[in-house]
Amino acid sequence: MLKTFKIGGVHPPGSKLSAGRPIENLPLPLSVFIPLAQHIGSPAVPVVARGDVVKTGQLIARSNGFVSANIHSSVSGKVKKIDSMADSSGYPRQGIMIDVEGDEWMEDIDRSETLSREIDVDGQEIIDKIQKAGIVGLGGATFPTHVKLIPPKGMKVEILLINGVECEPYLTSDHRLMLEKADEILTGTRFLMKALKVKKAVVGIEKNKPDAVRLFAEKSKSYEGISIIELKVKYPQGGEKQLIKAVTGREVPSGALPVAVGAIVSNVGTAFAVYEAVRKNKPLIERVVTITGKGLANPSNFKVRIGTPTSAIIEAAGGLPEDTGKIISGGPMMGRAITHPEMPVTKGTSGIILMKKTESRRQEVIECIRCSRCVRACPMGLEPYFLMTASEKNLFDIVEKERIMDCIECGSCSYICPSKRPLLDYIRYGKAKVGQIIRTRKK
Amino acid sequence: MSITIVYTIATLSILGGSAAVILYLVAQKFKVYEDPRIDEVEKALPGANCGGCGYAGCRAFAEACVNAPDLMELYCPVGGDEVMGKIADILGLVAVKKDPRVAFIRCNGVCEFRPDTSNYDGVKTCAIELLVYSGETDCQWGCLGYGDCYEACDFNAIELRPQLGVPLIIDDNCVACGACVEACPNNLIELRKKFPKNRKVVVACRNQDKGAVAVKACKVACIGCGKCVKVCPFDAITLENNLAFIDSDKCKLCRKCPPVCPTGAILELNFPPRKVIE
Amino acid sequence: MDKLFTVSPSPHIFSGDSTRKIMYRVAIALLPALLWAVFIFGLDTLRVTSIAVGACLGVEYIIQKYLMKQKPSISDGSALVTGILLAFNVPSGLPWWIIVIGAVTAIGIGKMSFGGLGCNIFNPALVGRVFLLISFPVQMNTWPSIAIDGVDSITSATPLSLIKEGLAKGMPVSEMLESMPPVSDLLLGYSGGSLGEMSALLLIIGGIYLMIRKVITWHIPVSVIATVILVSGVFWFSDPVEYINPVYHILTGGLMLGAIFMATDMVSSPMTPKGQIIYGVGIGIITICIRLFGAYPEGISFAILIMNAVTPILNMYCKPKRFGGR
Repeated sequence: MLKTFKIGGVHPPGSKLSAGRPIENLPLPLSVFIPLAQHIGSPAVPVVARGDVVKTGQLIARSNGFVSANIHSSVSGKVKKIDSMADSSGYPRQGIMIDVEGDEWMEDIDRSETLSREIDVDGQEIIDKIQKAGIVGLGGATFPTHVKLIPPKGMKVEILLINGVECEPYLTSDHRLMLEKADEILTGTRFLMKALKVKKAVVGIEKNKPDAVRLFAEKSKSYEGISIIELKVKYPQGGEKQLIKAVTGREVPSGALPVAVGAIVSNVGTAFAVYEAVRKNKPLIERVVTITGKGLANPSNFKVRIGTPTSAIIEAAGGLPEDTGKIISGGPMMGRAITHPEMPVTKGTSGIILMKKTESRRQEVIECIRCSRCVRACPMGLEPYFLMTASEKNLFDIVEKERIMDCIECGSCSYICPSKRPLLDYIRYGKAKVGQIIRTRKK
Repeated sequence: MSITIVYTIATLSILGGSAAVILYLVAQKFKVYEDPRIDEVEKALPGANCGGCGYAGCRAFAEACVNAPDLMELYCPVGGDEVMGKIADILGLVAVKKDPRVAFIRCNGVCEFRPDTSNYDGVKTCAIELLVYSGETDCQWGCLGYGDCYEACDFNAIELRPQLGVPLIIDDNCVACGACVEACPNNLIELRKKFPKNRKVVVACRNQDKGAVAVKACKVACIGCGKCVKVCPFDAITLENNLAFIDSDKCKLCRKCPPVCPTGAILELNFPPRKVIE
Repeated sequence: MDKLFTVSPSPHIFSGDSTRKIMYRVAIALLPALLWAVFIFGLDTLRVTSIAVGACLGVEYIIQKYLMKQKPSISDGSALVTGILLAFNVPSGLPWWIIVIGAVTAIGIGKMSFGGLGCNIFNPALVGRVFLLISFPVQMNTWPSIAIDGVDSITSATPLSLIKEGLAKGMPVSEMLESMPPVSDLLLGYSGGSLGEMSALLLIIGGIYLMIRKVITWHIPVSVIATVILVSGVFWFSDPVEYINPVYHILTGGLMLGAIFMATDMVSSPMTPKGQIIYGVGIGIITICIRLFGAYPEGISFAILIMNAVTPILNMYCKPKRFGGR
């Protein structure tokens, strides 16, 4: 019996169309737009000006404060302007636009593919290098990794979990990375273990990726302290709290960080970026992006420079199909639909999904028939039907008591609802309002 | 047979009578003393229970009036000075005088001026769309058009205009309770001084982007050029964050600003047509 | 830009399930029992069922269109299920006008007066049935005799009412059992009763289908049946002369139909597993109390309606286990 988390969960069809496609390098775009806020925390501050010539891997924006991350140029060329561009929500965000000229890298970056497994640096140096390279959680949350590696005082980290679950349908970027860069990921994991001073790391992989499970089971034997665990397929197993529950059986208390139960979760992509930063001195300037969709000619996995417009990736995968109704950045369960295809790829973009017109519209909403499927599907043990109704009626004190802030916005409730009710939309609204109330109360 | 009828009537009468006596006694026992002036004040109020005064309803406002030492902080925007005068008479206090106000939606970004750039397909309320998206157009400041204000209005003073994308406030119905001001997540609605014949001169825009960005998203956006500020003889116009604002308490409706506005963001409403100067 | 893309909050994919599919699955699960009823009672079954279904759909349509002034949604299948369940709960010989009255009560009072689909507190079919049971006791207790070649069980009363009458006359249970159909007949459905409550076996098959298709969970049916066995078992154990054994209790009357199809009605049953089990136990206890001590031979309809009324309280107090709960 394979392990999984206990409460709730849904089983959306996998639709992993691009699972069999090796990672290819995307041709360099003509220009890139690199947003200054690609992470949780304060936006980075530009250190280049208009007209400056930058090299690939050069620091172009410095982190601003502890919870922030450096940003490096992903291409070489000339800074065209520092301007704002609408992000996926339609709000303008500051960023640096660079016109690409050639591909000249910073000299201190090791661009060779040779594997090097030595762990000859000490923990602090690893953290410094991660911070310098601007690494953030690549699973989608984009929390600066160096912050995670320094646990709050009095907390002890006992186990490092490497998230190879990739429970979102369609996405295959982590899967391909695991197949092609297993040793690098495992070495990166060793670095993270050393930085955290933990003896034990577990790589969690879902059963629907048997090749990755086999490969990692084989490879991990030669890495001290790393084991792998095959998990039952269930969404949202890639959620931090759900993964910790599935692997260790511990439940992160409501409102607490994972470190409260002695666990730190990192994505396989992050582990790979850590390897490159520590071993190869390479900052986070590219990532693997899945481009997929039922109408797309060639669903693929590309290694994409940060800042590349989404349209360039779509072009490389066979062009935008005529009947595209929606472009999603991220997974179909938690990703965001973007308003225009010029949106740049950021550190958190794990995939681009093109939905057909027929799939992209929501269906007619009818009355709740109280089937209680949302209650059974909620991985946090909440009652979505109730939270929705109470939020709709602006009963914020009640929804707060019903723990609306525990919601991880995984979308399982909206997914499963047979009446197609927009449960998560209203819960998000309730969360926003309760969040405001909590903040004013603290003041 | 007739005996049965008599019995029935007798039984029912006794039951009903004793129930009435019990009810009367219980009502007497649990009677709560209330200041009779609360009822009087409540009668004087419009009875709309809109909450525009900041209290839960007219009864709560009446209680507050009776219990307050003075009426300086209390005002019923719906009843206005007339009703407050009556309340002041009842309580023997002095009421504050306020100009009548009317709500205005500071956005004129109808579809014609502000083209859609995406197609929103979530719950159709402004507050929920705004959590995830800035709206269907490129203007992140403007009206979303789903009518949260319309839902909040108890006085039929807001007309939804789905084909135009921006609702309209019907001045004659508006009582300035402020419910729509609270409801609008983009803070578009302002309570402005009510001029005779509902005339108004107002910047119908909240766009604080730089001029070029603003006008690209919406043809009638305020670009913050400041021409209106210069032309205003009464210092009623201020410019902040690329956005002009006309203070309705200072404005004298001289209509010097609308013609100088390069984008037509300043509206003059309910005036007779201007004479064309040759 | 010549083409606008759709944006919406996540999630962007949805399960293929719909309320309509759920309702039609319930209807499919009821089909074996319906066919059996046709076999036993003949074409009368089809007459009763089609009148009940037609009247339910018609009443819902009329109320939605002319009273509530909304788009009629009779195709969602919920009125269909109500109609079938109503038909299953009445004797096959019922005159058409009584069925129509039942349908009007079920849909009009039981469902639409609360606001339509999803808003009703009580199971509409049961509201209709109980209304008929109280208003037309004679017609509702006139069981047609079943006469099938080769099967020698011509019954004019249900086993439960036989027991009730027998006990009233002071007959010991063991004596009555001799005149009762054997357990195998009860299981297969050769005893008297309402249309759909004949064959416990076919109802169980329908229930298993619903569980496989994830329309219902095991909590309510299992807790109802287990409670009935347990409570009636205690009485039977204490005095086998006065009380009949649990097997008869679960196989006779509308218990299977009630436990599997009526009590599990989503709208009127609790939301959480814990609440559902309490609800099921409550139904079981009340059913046995009515059967043993009440005036009516059968009690599951009343038991379910009573527990329907308790459902909001159960929803309020039985919360699911929270993740990371304190």
